Amino acid sequence: MAETERVPTVISDNAHVIYQVHGSSGPGNNSPLASLKRLVTNTKAANVREVHAVKGVSFVAYRGEAIGLIGSNGSGKSTLLRAVAGLLPVAKGKIYAAGQPSLLGVNAALMNDLPGERNVELGCLAMGMSPAEVKAKKDDIIAFSGINERGDFSSLPMRTYSSGMAARLKFSIAAAKQHDVLLIDEALATGDAKFRRRSEQRVRELRAQAGTVFLVSHSEQSIRDTCDRCIWLESGLIRADGPTEDVLREYEAFARK
Amino acid sequence: MPETAVADTGAGLSLKELARRHGLSASGRLPSLPEYTRYLWSYRHFIRAHSSARTSSALGHTRLGMLWQVLTPMINAAVYYVIFGVILGGRNGVDNFIAYLCAGVFVFGFTQAVVGQGSNAITGNLGLIRALHFPRGSLPLSVVLVEVRNYVVALLVLMGIVLLTGEPITPQWLLLIPVVFLHSIFNTGLTMFMARFGSKVRDIKQLIPFIMRFWLYGSAVLYPVTLFEQHLDGWALALVEANPLLIFIELTRHSLMEDVPLAGNPTLLWIQAVVWTVVVSIGGYIYFWRGEKGYGRG
Repeated sequence: MAETERVPTVISDNAHVIYQVHGSSGPGNNSPLASLKRLVTNTKAANVREVHAVKGVSFVAYRGEAIGLIGSNGSGKSTLLRAVAGLLPVAKGKIYAAGQPSLLGVNAALMNDLPGERNVELGCLAMGMSPAEVKAKKDDIIAFSGINERGDFSSLPMRTYSSGMAARLKFSIAAAKQHDVLLIDEALATGDAKFRRRSEQRVRELRAQAGTVFLVSHSEQSIRDTCDRCIWLESGLIRADGPTEDVLREYEAFARK
Repeated sequence: MPETAVADTGAGLSLKELARRHGLSASGRLPSLPEYTRYLWSYRHFIRAHSSARTSSALGHTRLGMLWQVLTPMINAAVYYVIFGVILGGRNGVDNFIAYLCAGVFVFGFTQAVVGQGSNAITGNLGLIRALHFPRGSLPLSVVLVEVRNYVVALLVLMGIVLLTGEPITPQWLLLIPVVFLHSIFNTGLTMFMARFGSKVRDIKQLIPFIMRFWLYGSAVLYPVTLFEQHLDGWALALVEANPLLIFIELTRHSLMEDVPLAGNPTLLWIQAVVWTVVVSIGGYIYFWRGEKGYGRG
């Protein structure tokens, strides 16, 4: 077998992810009487809904691969990445990974009332860095994010940032660490053209160090540029898995319909 | 199963077998208890940074800022002084009722705060939990750290009140150190319990105010503890006197004040305090750890 020297880094074995969403009661469900009726008739709570986001996905990712995840909005791409990162529990099946996969997303929640520099410290500590490492990397992270290009923004609370600036800072924090398996969620789409070039460069560096990269993106260009393999998800199921060109062609045909 | 494209699995191995052969670990596996403890310990800097970040972001909007940490307990004490000292003027059979009352209010307030904040520790930080990897126990521990800091400030205020109301400083004050230590460990276990429980049963947040008020009246905060003996007997009295908060309040009063009426003899109170602390802290820690992998959901 030719595969003997290929080392798997992420294995997804029929993985299901189910979200429980609280507090989404629609009109007509939110009177005390309706709640009582629900209790008495023992129906499922109207404001607890289950969303079956990933419905049995199996694949094997090998070291050195860069895999693009494509699919329409709400097809379960980001959820799958979170499950691979171990941030969301799998309801059924298993996901195996080498080391600790890291999710590099643009929506890492930070504390909006705190200045950017304290968020940098907090984010780095939360990623498991030591205080000495944080101290050494802090200035680089702020410089990389470029938030200080228009004056001293790093000492202002994050709620005063534009959404682009906040996203840039979050990306810079997450990209400051080395990863075995790197999961990137739309991160390349943040910021202006200048920052995008810089972040693409950074992702390439991270890719060189990381074993395997997953990239979720709606930009076909960045998928083509970075990935040699592509997985197409649709409503939580894999529609296609193969070389980027083939899968993208199928996907384009589907999207044009 | 609907169509799922299964990638080539080498020499026809099952995916599970392949993962085992290459030493991949299932993501979402629960670490063992010692492993988890070490993992938490390695995040101590994060816990500290997170707790001070929470304090400064909570008080950042106010003009007085960190001064509120001192002002809040002082105002709290002033309210009780006005009502019970000036308006009602009651002594209720206790010399120095103001100090007696404030000791109860502050000790109770410590536990009340961790219960309220603890039930929010997971549900209020879902964004952080879904974005980054860290031991989730950091969040309730950060809550405890914030409240311990607040409590130490409150205790300084309390000592001032006790001195102002004419109590002498005695070597017995040193007993405050083990009391605060035991109470903090007890509260840590309680916070961890509330963190998981609050993330599972969200309805509890609506009930906490009532539970805490019930607990307040059961802890002899607003009236002397001897009142229980006059009105209760048998199992009801035993139940009330086994209340851990009553025990911590009694011990605090006992260490700071001369001649306070106690529910039991001090040795018995100390034994009960240690037992409660051990049971609640270990129980709460294990309960939280068991749920570690499920906190991203919901």
